[in-house]
Amino acid sequence: MEHIGVLASNLLSPIILLFVLGILASLLKSDLKLPSPLYNGLTIYLLLAIGLKGGVELHKTPVSEFIWPALITLLLGIITPITAYNVLRRLGRFDRINASAIAAHYGSVSAVTFIVAVSFGTMNGLTSEGFMPAMVAILEVPAIVVALMIAFTREKRAGSWQEALHEVLAGRSVMLLLGGLIIGWISGPDGFEPISPFFETGFKGALALFLLEMGVITAKRLEGLKEVGGFLIAFGIIVPILHGILAIWLGNMAGLSVAGSAVLGAMVSSASYIAAPAAVRIALPEANPTLYLTASLGITFPFNITIGIPIYYAFAEWLL
Amino acid sequence: MKTTTLKLVTIVTERILEERVLRKITEIGARGYTLTKATGKGSRGVRASEWEGPDTRIETLVSSDVADGIIEYISDNLFEHYAVIVYVQEAHVVRGDKYI
Repeated sequence: MEHIGVLASNLLSPIILLFVLGILASLLKSDLKLPSPLYNGLTIYLLLAIGLKGGVELHKTPVSEFIWPALITLLLGIITPITAYNVLRRLGRFDRINASAIAAHYGSVSAVTFIVAVSFGTMNGLTSEGFMPAMVAILEVPAIVVALMIAFTREKRAGSWQEALHEVLAGRSVMLLLGGLIIGWISGPDGFEPISPFFETGFKGALALFLLEMGVITAKRLEGLKEVGGFLIAFGIIVPILHGILAIWLGNMAGLSVAGSAVLGAMVSSASYIAAPAAVRIALPEANPTLYLTASLGITFPFNITIGIPIYYAFAEWLL
Repeated sequence: MKTTTLKLVTIVTERILEERVLRKITEIGARGYTLTKATGKGSRGVRASEWEGPDTRIETLVSSDVADGIIEYISDNLFEHYAVIVYVQEAHVVRGDKYI
């Protein structure tokens, strides 16, 4: 890939331009906003579509091909909240609660970043392994558990650990993703065929529409930038790059293709904005939501979908 | 028509607490409740996630003791870290025995 050209093509793709439109509209105080049921519906559609498609691919994949990437992903889900926590504590001098809260987000994964990373690859003729959505499910849960464990093992907390775990496991994002994977896996390509037009054809359009709303949401979080300080802004860009590079390197060793490693890199570098905030709000109510929401949605998410993803693809190509 | 004097407890809080609050008020003795979506502005601006949707407004008709129990639970457990409003009004309720 010609890297500069690829970066430009990403920035000028309709998905990213709609995201920018959402940001601009919000900054200009426009009343542009998706109605909340549509936004919820799109999220359900997107998560279910990636779950189903991943399950169908998993059906066709021999276990031997899948097992190493899965183990690597699980390992990354355990390592990344620990590295994020230590950087925040030692370099950023954050207190334990806020450091664990932010670490839970950076260990976990943003499904939208994952989808944009896959779309970016296909746009440039690089197809990642079809079972990658299974990795999103593997990555989503352990990181939140590890980060909350750090907070809960150190001292008595005000929040409820059990309720938070329930929130993660029974939350809509994990249910749809994991449920979709299992249903796709059980039905296989033949069973999926009758419903595939609905989930395949409309997917990119739905993603584009969703990104418009993500722009509006991101813009709201940009207001928090003044409060979070320079360290967290640097953290929100540098730590994802380091996590991404580690994931690409490990993914490559586990036998993933260039696109597969790059998508894994994008996933690991991303910060959750659905499952983690809900779990953290319940388990660590003392943590400041402005810090973790601004970092994950206001800094890391826009960085990844505009510049981060092309960097991960370039690094994966260079490595292979 | 014959009415019974009860307490109408109204709780406005973050969507993420809905399930917890409903479970607790039922444990304390509320026999039912009404839920409405709520939006507004107050001293706390931040919620867990856009995904969770707007705030929730819970209304329940209860006896005086149960109303005290609910207020005590919310004061002890939720005021410090979450966005919560709770207030009590007197209500003259038809078929009041349904609620106590």
